[in-house]
Amino acid sequence: MKLSYSITGIDCPNCAAKLERKIQKIDGVSLAALNFMTSKLLVEGDDDKKDAIMAEIARLVTKTEPDAVLKAL
Amino acid sequence: MKKKLTPILVGAALLMAARLLAEAAFWPSLALYIAAYLVVGRQVVCKAARNICHGEVFDENLLMVLATVGAFAVRQFPEAVAVMLFYQVGEMFQDYAVDKSRRSISALMDIRPDHATLLHGDGSAEEVDPSTVHVGDLILVNAGEKIPLDGVVESGTALLDTAALTGESVPREVTVGSEALSGCIDLNGALTVRVEKTFGASTVSKILDLVENASARKSRSENFISRFAAVYTPIVVVAAVLLALIPPLLLHRPFGDWIYRACTFLVVSCPCALVISVPLSFFGGIGGASKAGILVKGGNYLEALASAEIAVFDKTGTLTKGTFEVRAVQPVGMNADALLALAATAESRSDHPIAKSLLDACKSPDTASLADVQEIAGHGVKATIGGKTVLVGNRRLMSEIGITPPAADAMGTMVYVAVDGVFAGSICIADAVKEDAADAIKGLKAAHVRRTVMLTGDVRPVGEAVGRELGLDEVYTDLLPAGKVEKLESLLKETSPTGKLLFVGDGINDAPVLARADVGVAMGGLGADAAIEAADVVIMDDKPSRIASAIAIARKTLRIVRQNIVFALTVKILVLVLSALGIANMWAAVFADVGVSVLAILNALRMLQKQKD
Repeated sequence: MKLSYSITGIDCPNCAAKLERKIQKIDGVSLAALNFMTSKLLVEGDDDKKDAIMAEIARLVTKTEPDAVLKAL
Repeated sequence: MKKKLTPILVGAALLMAARLLAEAAFWPSLALYIAAYLVVGRQVVCKAARNICHGEVFDENLLMVLATVGAFAVRQFPEAVAVMLFYQVGEMFQDYAVDKSRRSISALMDIRPDHATLLHGDGSAEEVDPSTVHVGDLILVNAGEKIPLDGVVESGTALLDTAALTGESVPREVTVGSEALSGCIDLNGALTVRVEKTFGASTVSKILDLVENASARKSRSENFISRFAAVYTPIVVVAAVLLALIPPLLLHRPFGDWIYRACTFLVVSCPCALVISVPLSFFGGIGGASKAGILVKGGNYLEALASAEIAVFDKTGTLTKGTFEVRAVQPVGMNADALLALAATAESRSDHPIAKSLLDACKSPDTASLADVQEIAGHGVKATIGGKTVLVGNRRLMSEIGITPPAADAMGTMVYVAVDGVFAGSICIADAVKEDAADAIKGLKAAHVRRTVMLTGDVRPVGEAVGRELGLDEVYTDLLPAGKVEKLESLLKETSPTGKLLFVGDGINDAPVLARADVGVAMGGLGADAAIEAADVVIMDDKPSRIASAIAIARKTLRIVRQNIVFALTVKILVLVLSALGIANMWAAVFADVGVSVLAILNALRMLQKQKD
């Protein structure tokens, strides 16, 4: 399963890197890549956990980066 | 920018006023310092408060607030305000640099077409979103516009600028029946194009996808940086705490001095410079390469390209044009046309370049009488034509049925024909090397690639002639597809521990070899999905000389990455050490934080500049 988001409004590159590490740790996620420059988030993971993963990504983003806007592509 | 500039100016004015007052009146000046601090740092304080509610201790805003409040506590008022001020100035510059590089990146990605002109059945035209156009629709492309979707020219003639896809500056002419690839720019005439692929499947979307997703495959340096960033901040913060507590408690030094030094540590605690500049350099390298018609699928491949040590080439279609032509026909017991017709008929279902040239030479293969074609990999084909068993293939195929064809010294590929077990003659087919193939090999040698090797299924005289002409170090001939994989594996073992092997093929029948090599490079990827799928690096046009350019871009990228890592780490560590010793002050720390970030970004931006060929 591949998810791709546009994510804008992240403060600094290190914040993006921290968020990327957190998403990487979500159960069922095999790869998370947050590109600060292109404002794109790519996530790969288990198909059967897709809903849980998507919900957790949304939760993490609002928690760690309240100013960020997450949009599924 | 503006949002940050006003508080900075107001804060700076307040700071100056406070300094003037400081001699005369302590309390009013302190009030002014605090006012200045709040004007400049309000945002930072708010964010810090919010993050600590989320349990985020190692947040750069919070650390900044701690550092400046600490400076206030030890009565370094001007410094506390100034550090916040310069932190904000630095942030402003950083935002500016980020914004600028975002813009250069989107300029790089400017091949995305924004509209398609759909032609309706009644002849009316309508501007629509390219993603809503269906396969089979007719679209109009005017001079100066980008072709939005892949298709075939239905009417019109035009010159196309393919530079965005291939890096090639010579325009390509298209006319009725030609392929029109999305992303090309129509330079002069209006074209009507019958759409053959949806927007998502069109070349332009594929290229954009590939380049944008390339950042997912991280290089070793990027992984190092992200691991480093995860531990750097906590270590610096812990060190700061120890610095503030241990000397005063154990050695009875004054608290104020050591708290100030600890605060300086906190200012340097963000690894931002590294975290932003390293991925940005790789991204710039990948973007710059794509502009030169070279698609690189990830930072890791860029890194591998930079340490290329052995370059292995496939011959046909890679170093040679792959367009074979029949040069000589030597029939035995029949006339030349009949022999050619037999061979062409037998090969008529194959898509091998040799089959194509046979078909080109013989305009009318007798496909009606063809039955039961069997391809024998690496040997040729066996077909039944008009009830006769016809074998068409190389010397090995002949020797399997006990025929030894007369020795030929022609500089080409020999195709032998046998009918019902009897030798019927031979056809000589030759291929020409590409114009820039010799330059490509020279370029690789100039780039210190240790060995250049060619693998080919072709016979020894042909392979060696090509090898000599191009100046290759080694040539291995008569290889079956499996033999190529075997040879490649043994070459892989001969690379040094840090050196990488790259294999360059045309992506048509060398997918296993492409996959096995450290870096698989496919040539002529324009429109060939299989090649784009199988390879790590795709050269969009047919020029082998692009490989040397790819290596040059990769090396430049890694050089910038290394500079940034070394520069940022050195400055940070230096400032940490000097501030622990009480030599460096907070000013130096602010430079080590935001100053280094800005410089590193500017350095990384060099990667986005136009690449030399």
